[in-house]
Amino acid sequence: MKLHEHQSKELLKKYGLPVPEGYAAFNVKEAKEAAQALGGYPLVVKAQIHCGARGKAGGVKIVKSDEELEAFSESILGKVLKTVQCPNGKVVSRLLIERATPIEKEFYLSITLDRSNSKILIMASKEGGMEIEELSKEKPDAIIKEYVDPVLGIMPYQTRKLSFALGLNPSLFGKIVSKLYQAYMDLDASLVEINPLVLTKNGDIVLLDAKVEIDDNAAFRHKDIEELEDITQIDPLEVEAKKYGLNYIKLEGNIGCMVNGAGLAMTTMDIIKLAGGAPANFLDVGGGASVEQIANAFRILTSDENVKAVFINIFGGILRCDRLAQGLIEAAKMVNIKIPVVVRLEGTNVEEGRKLLKESGLNFESAVDMWDGARKAIKLAQ
Amino acid sequence: MSILVNKNTKVVVQGITGKEGSFHAIQCKNYGTQVVAGVTPGKEGIEVEGIPVFNTVENAVKNTGANCSLIFVPPPFAADAIVEAADAGIELIICITEGIPVKDMIPVKYYLKKNYPNTKLIGPNCPGAITPEEAKVGIMPGHIFKKGNVGIVSRSGTLTYEAAFQLSNLGIGQSSAIGIGGDPVHGLSHKDVIALFNEDDETKAILMIGEIGGTSEEEAAEYIASNVKKPVFAHIAGITAPPGKRMGHAGAIISGGKGTAESKMKALKEANVTVIENPAFIGKVIADALS
Repeated sequence: MKLHEHQSKELLKKYGLPVPEGYAAFNVKEAKEAAQALGGYPLVVKAQIHCGARGKAGGVKIVKSDEELEAFSESILGKVLKTVQCPNGKVVSRLLIERATPIEKEFYLSITLDRSNSKILIMASKEGGMEIEELSKEKPDAIIKEYVDPVLGIMPYQTRKLSFALGLNPSLFGKIVSKLYQAYMDLDASLVEINPLVLTKNGDIVLLDAKVEIDDNAAFRHKDIEELEDITQIDPLEVEAKKYGLNYIKLEGNIGCMVNGAGLAMTTMDIIKLAGGAPANFLDVGGGASVEQIANAFRILTSDENVKAVFINIFGGILRCDRLAQGLIEAAKMVNIKIPVVVRLEGTNVEEGRKLLKESGLNFESAVDMWDGARKAIKLAQ
Repeated sequence: MSILVNKNTKVVVQGITGKEGSFHAIQCKNYGTQVVAGVTPGKEGIEVEGIPVFNTVENAVKNTGANCSLIFVPPPFAADAIVEAADAGIELIICITEGIPVKDMIPVKYYLKKNYPNTKLIGPNCPGAITPEEAKVGIMPGHIFKKGNVGIVSRSGTLTYEAAFQLSNLGIGQSSAIGIGGDPVHGLSHKDVIALFNEDDETKAILMIGEIGGTSEEEAAEYIASNVKKPVFAHIAGITAPPGKRMGHAGAIISGGKGTAESKMKALKEANVTVIENPAFIGKVIADALS
């Protein structure tokens, strides 16, 4: 789960981490109130979206007066901000109004899991402000890495090593690394990224930006954080799907997919592309696939206006094909489907399943295998 | 031969009185697996379809000689269940549970490695392991598998079934099929399982099914290039997956430009692995190559 910058900073502040004084604002009035509370200009106004590279896209501005603050807030609130990382953009529904920080030097600091050895990895660099992906390609030597022992946690010597490498005061920066690690662990984060972390002209260290992402699997023990999720940053159909326990991700194509199992769902998207089409979504209805779930899946799939045909790819394992076919038939009767549907059914009791579909009176096209199904769906979508 | 599980494997099911646990314990038993015990704290003395239930894994091992654990314990308690199995001397732990927090799994993996270097963990969030017509220790539909010589290792359950089904229909059986799971921190890797298949006389060819995210497939490719003489086939799911989106499995996410299907396929091709791009023809490509 992704959090906004202002939420990330509020959480990190509780760990004693230095963040600029600031307030979130949902409208121009609140922006002005924030300015008043901060007691004067210059201030930094930052669009809050779940996407990086906001600065270059015009989502961050230094304002020097009420008029400038009002003009910028009005111009950006409610608009879709497109950045190089999100070509389709995200709607700006809130701003962060912050006191401006006098920057001496920018650094990079992050904590995440290194999957190759299952250890927590701390990365730091003198090249602040640059994207870490870019940095790892262009100047891999500029990234300093420290692995955290799962039992000992981060050791003081490691924080000193990082401080010396960055040329920062070890007692000052060391504490920041330790506290950030503590926050990462306590929050069940999957990523904490500070880019940039800055040394100010006064010699202080400040977390100028902050990105915290929480491990979805750990949401059950962080109900308070779960409530922070801003659904304006997520596709409405994805939000709807989540309610019904469906795993749905919207894509740009016109072939809707309904599949049981994550791996098969991914491969179904791939096979549509291989056959010359474009998938409209990833959708895993899970191993259980109840009638209700299938009906909801149908509803969500077909409410995407881009979808011109649906390809159902089901492998019946322990849940038999005849049972799955019954589910499909009942669900299809609950939802009025106006676009062509291709079904590829395979696995246990497949003959009974196919027979049920054939006799159901539903106008479903059947496919002999995945390849046939993908090609038929593409043809029918034209 | 075969790998990891066979007719001598004695299984204890942790979480046997739960809905999933009891259903699959019976399914495994019906397949012919020796399911000798179950564990649910506080329920010692009862039976599930003739399988005795114990309070602790230790008791189950003492009384039944169980040497493999199959875990269905819910996510908040699953890490504890894995450690309990290891401490009780179980050397093969198969964890089906989906949704275990990464923070819980990191110390568990580390603990097993330090204290029980010979103990093997499969999963979590996996379908389990099967040696057709001998033992099924997992949630896969047993009857789609057929005894034979192709070893399958996969992160995804449904894709394993799909591939096994295609192979079986063409008359090609499997030595064993192992689902290593879709989580970022897990036990046996693709490479580990391929190494086991490489040593197994019964396995004549290996099929690896991977997906986007992580670098497990690349590491396997490196291992194959310098160690494996048997023919290896591979399919990678997620060519069309957009970066930054979790594709069902917690581990299936392209982040920081890493873990793309392209980079995995490239690494595998360079290791002389036959990459099967079209998943509808996994069975056919292998059948043609082996005939």
